[in-house]
Amino acid sequence: MIDTGVFFLYLAVMAGVTYLIRMLPLVLCKEKIKSRFVKSFLYYVPYAVLSAMTIPAIFYSTSYFLSAVLGLCAAVVLSLFEKKLLTVAIGACSTVFIVEYVMKLMN
Amino acid sequence: MTNKQLFNKGLRDGLPICLGYLSVSFAFGIFTVGLGLSVWQAILISMTNVTSAGQLAGVPIMVGGLPLVEMVLTQFVINLRYSLMSVSMSQKLSKKVLFRFRFLFAFMVTDEIFAVSISQKEDLETPYMLGLIATPFLGWTAGTALGAIAGDVLPSMVVSALGIALYAMFVAIIIPPAKKNKAVAGCCLLAMALSCLFYYVPAFSKISQGISIIVCALVSGVIFAVAFPVADEENEADGKKEVPA
Repeated sequence: MIDTGVFFLYLAVMAGVTYLIRMLPLVLCKEKIKSRFVKSFLYYVPYAVLSAMTIPAIFYSTSYFLSAVLGLCAAVVLSLFEKKLLTVAIGACSTVFIVEYVMKLMN
Repeated sequence: MTNKQLFNKGLRDGLPICLGYLSVSFAFGIFTVGLGLSVWQAILISMTNVTSAGQLAGVPIMVGGLPLVEMVLTQFVINLRYSLMSVSMSQKLSKKVLFRFRFLFAFMVTDEIFAVSISQKEDLETPYMLGLIATPFLGWTAGTALGAIAGDVLPSMVVSALGIALYAMFVAIIIPPAKKNKAVAGCCLLAMALSCLFYYVPAFSKISQGISIIVCALVSGVIFAVAFPVADEENEADGKKEVPA
């Protein structure tokens, strides 16, 4: 449990930065970005961020490494078939639940 | 169309986004309470940020009491893509939209709202935008509240299973474009490899997760922007498909 004052400090910084990123271009920018490098960089960055956030953190997002790995496999397979986000998430969660249930039965 | 019709059209277009947000923010609520924050704190974070990846990365920094500069850098890098969307959106807003509304719409520039608004044939009018952003905001807040509250009472096996939900969504965002575009796939693999390097190599393990994500993203992004610059027209088309996170 963190101190309430500290919480609000972090909250203000977090929300402030996030808002400025969205607000400044919308308010200031009337012309399109011309730099091909900047455009390309902004194109790749979201994918790189999500990749780095997911691997290896996903392996430790559940109670067991094994259930997380199989959950990831389920997510990858469903995504390859281009299922909706919600479907992929439910598929991964269900897989984790079933694997952990089986593990519990076997113990 | 009258203002009322525009507003209703916005509401209609926003509803699927709202439903999607309910489940994502539900997982965020569970995640946040699991890390030791209160229900009201989780709700407040969602109401003031409205960004899943940013919030997911920000909460551990907050709870861990890491330096504020890390919060600034992490949010900056993770949410940098919104700048690009805001730029596109600024071109798409109707001339009739009052300047002060830009400050409001900016608050709700998310991947999904960007995708829907930019795919409209007509310029974006104020009533349409108000309708479009209304229910996603409510869904994002309500989902967080439900997750934060239910996370306390749900059996631990259910909570464990839901812990993977947001990561699974990230996988679902990355893989379809990576399947079509080898450069995107390469960029993702490089970022993952770097991330593992930071996590598993003892010499780097003192570096916090926030900094690690920034370095991974910057290095991968710069390398691929130089090696495989996006063609101008392709960039336009891909911007429309820009995905939820």
